[in-house]
Amino acid sequence: MSLLDVRDLSVVFQRRGERPFTAVDQVSFTVEPGQTVGLVGESGCGKSVTSLAIMGLLPKRGNRVTGEVLFEGTDLLGLRPDDLRDRRGRDIGMIFQDPLSSLNPVIPIGVQVAEVLERHRGMARRKALREARELLDAVGIPDPDRRLTEFPHQISGGMRQRALIAIALACKPRLLIADEPTTALDVTIQAQILTLLKQLVDETGTALIMITHDLGVVAGLCDTVNVLYGGRVVERAARHELFARPRHPYTHGLLSSVPRLDSPRGERLHAIRGSVADNIPWVEGCAFAPRCDNVVDACLDGPPPLEPTASGGDLRCNNPVSEEVAVP
Amino acid sequence: MLRVIVRRLLQLVVTLIALSALIFIWLRNLPGGPVEALLGERATPERRALLIKALGYDQPILVQYGKFMQRVLTGDLGNSIRSGDPVTDVIARAFPATIELAAAAMIIAVGLGVPLGYLAARYRGRLLDNLTIAGTLLGISIPIFFLGYLLKDVLTQDIHWFPPSGRISTGMDNTTVTGFYVLDGLLTRELDASADALWHLILPAITLATIPLAVIVRITRASVLDVLNEDYVRTAEAKGLRHRTIRGRHILRNALLPVVTTIGLQTGALLSGAVLTEKVYNWGGLGTLITDSISGGRDYPVLQAIILLAALVFVLVNLLVDLSYAFIDPRVRVR
Repeated sequence: MSLLDVRDLSVVFQRRGERPFTAVDQVSFTVEPGQTVGLVGESGCGKSVTSLAIMGLLPKRGNRVTGEVLFEGTDLLGLRPDDLRDRRGRDIGMIFQDPLSSLNPVIPIGVQVAEVLERHRGMARRKALREARELLDAVGIPDPDRRLTEFPHQISGGMRQRALIAIALACKPRLLIADEPTTALDVTIQAQILTLLKQLVDETGTALIMITHDLGVVAGLCDTVNVLYGGRVVERAARHELFARPRHPYTHGLLSSVPRLDSPRGERLHAIRGSVADNIPWVEGCAFAPRCDNVVDACLDGPPPLEPTASGGDLRCNNPVSEEVAVP
Repeated sequence: MLRVIVRRLLQLVVTLIALSALIFIWLRNLPGGPVEALLGERATPERRALLIKALGYDQPILVQYGKFMQRVLTGDLGNSIRSGDPVTDVIARAFPATIELAAAAMIIAVGLGVPLGYLAARYRGRLLDNLTIAGTLLGISIPIFFLGYLLKDVLTQDIHWFPPSGRISTGMDNTTVTGFYVLDGLLTRELDASADALWHLILPAITLATIPLAVIVRITRASVLDVLNEDYVRTAEAKGLRHRTIRGRHILRNALLPVVTTIGLQTGALLSGAVLTEKVYNWGGLGTLITDSISGGRDYPVLQAIILLAALVFVLVNLLVDLSYAFIDPRVRVR
C-alpha cells in the first residue's frame, strides 16, 4: 500500500456570481514510504492548491474538492474535521514558502515549536520546550537555547525556515509536504535548506512531496517527478528519465530554458512562447496547445489522455518530443 | 522600557502645560462671565469693578495665568465661583461617579465588543455577521440623548425594570469609602447598597457604551478578518492545533493590537458621551458638573480643572495603551 494515494483530485473554486474555475483537475499520483516526489509547474498550475487540498487547509467555503486522498488507506477528504486535525502535524507535516509570514510574529520561537508537541504528544510545556531545543539544534540553528525565547523578527530568514522545518518534523510525521520552501530565500541559503531537507528525510525515513517551480530543486532531491500544467499532470517520470529524455513539449521547454554554464557565450536562451494566460480549457483540447511547438490537429479535439510510457512513466501528449532529441 | 515610560511622562507634562494655557486664555475670551452671572445685568459699574478686582480679573491675562499655575503646583486649584468650595472638593465629589459610569460602559463595550467582532469575522457574510454590521451602524449613528431617553422611557416608565435616575435609591443608608458606590457596598459588606447602585448603573452604562461598543465590534471584526488570512494562521492549522489554541494564541492576540488602540481612544471620547448620559439620568458626575459650570455663570476654576483632568486621564489611558502594545507585540519593544 502506498503511503499516500491521490486519486482524481479536483478542486473547483466557485464564488457567487463568478464562473467556476478548476484549479486542480483530476490529479492522481502516489507517494511510497520514504520516497521524495516532486510536483513541478509554473505559477497557477495548481501545485500549491493540490497540497492544501491534501492537508484540508483550503478555505471552507468557495471551493469544491472531489476525488480521494488515501493516506495509509484512509481517505482524508472523508474524515471529520476533528479527526483530520489530529493527523495534521502528527502524520503529515507541512512547510511553506515565506518563513517570515508563516511564523507568528508575537510568539517566541520555542513556543511555536513546543505547541505542536504539546498538542500531539501530550507533553507539558517544560518538557516540550526541552524537546524543541533539541529539534532546533537538529535543524542546525546555532545557539538554540537563546532562540527558544526569541521572536521571528529577531532571527535570519534561513533560520526561520529551519525553525519551520523543526515544527513540521517535530512529531516525526511519515509525510512532509514542502511548498516552495526555498523560493523566499537567497541562493546560498536555498542550497543549505535543500541539503538539510534531504539529510533529514534520509535520516528519518519521512516521505517528501516537494512542490516547486525550480527544476534545479527537483534535480537534486526527487525520486519521481510530476509535471503539472493547467491543473493536470502532463508528464510523470523518474527523475533521471525526465531530465535525460523529457517527452512532453512543456517539460522539454522548461529544461531547455535552464541556462547552462557550458553553453556557448552569446547563445540565446530558449523560451516557451506565450504565457499561462493563453491556456485553453482542458475540455476543448490540450491546455498547452496554444504555446506548443509540436501542436497537431488532434490537440484541439479534446484533452489527450494520460498514458503509460515505455520507460515506466505517464505522458499526456498527442505528439511528444521524440526520445532521440536530447536536451540541448 | 523604563526610558519609554519616562519619556512619555515628560511629554505628558508638556502637553498639560500647553493645554492649560490654551484653556485659560480661551475660557476668558468667551462672552459673558462670572461677574455678570454673580451680580446680574443691572449691577452698578462700581460694584462690578470691585468684584472684578476681587477676583483678580483686572490683571493682564498672562499674570493671571502665572498666578494660576503657581497655585496649581501647590495643589490649589482655587475655589468654585458658584459655591465657594475648593475646586478639588467639588471635583472629588463628582469624579468617582463618572469613573464608575465610564468603567462600567467600557466593561460592556470591550466584554461584548471583542467576542461579537470575532464571531462576526468568523462567520463573515452569514446572518450573524450581517446583523452585527447593521447593529453597529445603528449604534454609531444613534444620538446618545435619544437612546438615553428611549431606554429611560420604555424601561423605567412603561415597565419599571430600572430606576429612572440617580446613582442610588434615596434612603439607602450606604457608607461612602471610595465614592464608587458599587465597590463601596462590596467593601463595607453592604451588599444591598452595592446591588442597588448596580441596578441604577445599568441603563446609563448601556447608553454610554453604545458608541464604543459599535466601534470596537467593527475594529475587531476587520482586524480578525485580516489576521485570518495571515500565513501563520495557516501554519497553526497545518500543525493540527485545537481550535481554542488557534483562536486565543494565534488569532486574537494579533488581532487585538488595533483594538487596544481603539479602546484607548474611545475611553477618551467617553467624557463627551458622559455629559449627555449624565444629563439624561441625572447622574451627578463630571458631565453634570461641566454643564452646570458653563450655564451657571462660567465657573472658570472648576471648568479649567475638569478639562485638565480629562486631558490627564486621556493621556494616561493612552500611555497605558502604548505600554500594553509593547507587551502584546514584541516588535514594538526594540526601540
